[in-house]
Amino acid sequence: MTDVVSPVAGIPKAKSVRRDIGIKRRYAAERRFRAYGIAALSFGIIFLMLLLWSVVSKGYTAFQQTMITMPVEFSQQIIDPQNERATNPQKLMTANYPVVARNALAKLLNVSVDDRVAARAVSQMLSDGVRVQLRDLVVANPAIIGTTQTVRLLASGDIDSAYKGQIDLNVSQENRKINDQQLAWMTQLSDSGALAKHFNSGIFVNGASSRPEAAGVGVALIGSFYMMLIVLVLALPIGVAASIYLEEFAPKNKFTDLIEVNINNLAAVPSIVYGLLGLAVFVNFMGLPRSASFVGGLVLTLMTLPTIIIATRAALKAVPPSIRAAALGLGASKMQTIFHHVLPLAMPGILTGTIIGLAHALGETAPLLLIGMVAFVANYPTTPLDPSTALPVQIYMWANEAERAFVERTSGAIIILLLFLILMNVGAILLRRRFERRW
Amino acid sequence: MNMMSESAVEKALDQKMSDASHKMIGKDVSVYYGEKRALFDVNLNVRENTVTALIGPSGCGKSTFLRCLNRMNDTIENCRVTGKITLDADDIYDQAIDVVELRARVGMVFQKPNPFPKTIYENISYGPRIHGLSKNKADMDQIVEASLQRAGLWGEVKDRLHESGTGLSGGQQQRLCIARAIAVSPEVILMDEPCSALDPIATAKVEELIHELRANYTIVIVTHSMQQAARVSQRTAMFHLGQLVEENDTDKMFTNPDDQRTQDYIMGRFG
Repeated sequence: MTDVVSPVAGIPKAKSVRRDIGIKRRYAAERRFRAYGIAALSFGIIFLMLLLWSVVSKGYTAFQQTMITMPVEFSQQIIDPQNERATNPQKLMTANYPVVARNALAKLLNVSVDDRVAARAVSQMLSDGVRVQLRDLVVANPAIIGTTQTVRLLASGDIDSAYKGQIDLNVSQENRKINDQQLAWMTQLSDSGALAKHFNSGIFVNGASSRPEAAGVGVALIGSFYMMLIVLVLALPIGVAASIYLEEFAPKNKFTDLIEVNINNLAAVPSIVYGLLGLAVFVNFMGLPRSASFVGGLVLTLMTLPTIIIATRAALKAVPPSIRAAALGLGASKMQTIFHHVLPLAMPGILTGTIIGLAHALGETAPLLLIGMVAFVANYPTTPLDPSTALPVQIYMWANEAERAFVERTSGAIIILLLFLILMNVGAILLRRRFERRW
Repeated sequence: MNMMSESAVEKALDQKMSDASHKMIGKDVSVYYGEKRALFDVNLNVRENTVTALIGPSGCGKSTFLRCLNRMNDTIENCRVTGKITLDADDIYDQAIDVVELRARVGMVFQKPNPFPKTIYENISYGPRIHGLSKNKADMDQIVEASLQRAGLWGEVKDRLHESGTGLSGGQQQRLCIARAIAVSPEVILMDEPCSALDPIATAKVEELIHELRANYTIVIVTHSMQQAARVSQRTAMFHLGQLVEENDTDKMFTNPDDQRTQDYIMGRFG
């Protein structure tokens, strides 16, 4: 408004000599930069593909299980020779079911059970899990004793591996877990259609087992579910409340600065340190049970809190000040302003942060090892205070097993874990889309 | 209203204005942002049913003074206000005055239209709802309609009350914000450069609205546009470097100001 500058002054004449400003070099630099970017991206994608390919190619077979379908004679002679099941309920629980299964398979293969070596070889083809399978059938319906039923039984882990082509047959049979005779029987059964691969529902529902064919992530899934629930219930309200206080109410001074720096640093603390903390505080000092998903949930809550607080504070900061001014100008109190206007607008960011924090917690292994969740748990935990394992810990334990069939199960469990993570991330994206508002 | 001619209404209002009591009185108002002093002992009275324009170059303290009137400065950390401001007879910086109640009596419209990202209906009904001004849904509908009517927006939005307020044009959004301020039945409405983000047509509409609102409300408006001050206000106060230079009737201010600095500013010699 003051002195008006002449628009002509200071602007060079049109036909001045151009300086050499290296236009070609500029474009070349831009092209190079793009090439670097594309190269970095391709590198990343290639490794991601390699990872997925290696996991899926090793793991997809874990979702199929070799089973033998055959008529089984539930012989009274073997199960309950003294006919005392009416008076002694333990009888049906402790009966010698493996022999029932072995006899059935021997009959199918025309092998005499009196030949002890052959009988032993036959029984090795069946999983030890058949004991539980047959027992469950008989306990559920004692009337089948004395009859012959067609039953689908688990083949042993070695037969499973051999049938899936995972055992090197060039090795001489003394050094193999499965001998030529058993291989021949396997082929015979397969040709007759008795032995075949079926969908392996056991991997989703079974608990821990030292026999790969009967092992599953059921207990680990429940443990992980309990922990996610505890983390969600504890970390979300505490984290959001802490962020609101720090962002909206706390005075800005050295003390709150210190807290802020510390929260940011806590997000980078190695997770195993949280495990040690949990062991010292929750297990040793407070006397909470070991291996319990409750303790795991508490430890993971501590670990997730900084992530949620940082994400929530960023989301709160991103709400335009004009919205706050509008609400305050109308006479809303600070609480009303925050809970009626700021928080709903920050919700997508908070939810995204929370789900990313949860996904992080779902994949966390190290702190759980320290509080004893690396345990052999065959039975479902009924409450979060019962011993259980978690998905990543189950993967860790299976990776340490020697049997060939555990290799595919390890990869199979990784696939299950990755599916859950993908599901959670898709959920985060959908929630963000759903709640996103423009202003 | 219909019986009286336009000019008769104006005359009646002007008459009312000249005997008007002072709605708000600022006495020796100083504002400090930390160590920095932004206002120096400002004495300015706001008359009832009058549009008072605050003008002055950028950074002169006019917005700061405006924000003292409903204590919006409270939200700024390190901000300290001294002196005395009264609304009717109440000292608004007194401990006994609740800031929530004060802001219900002294509403505010901001520079940038800032509707809540909610429906038009919810935008208007929010204030009455938190202040408990309506007993039931019908009551609320009534308040919403009346507020939109007064803001001259009813005809444009009555069929889309439940669409988002952010979907309106800039000028409509600003009038929505005015309607939102009206909905809590304030006595004073503060406007902080309400037209600076609007195009000329929307500006004209808002100015017309300010003109009409004068009948029921006391209005204080900060503006950068001298023409706007001349068009909408009856009283004008000129600020410079944190001091009140002159306060006078708008007509006098723009034709024959008492202070040399006012004359210079209005003639465009600085600012």
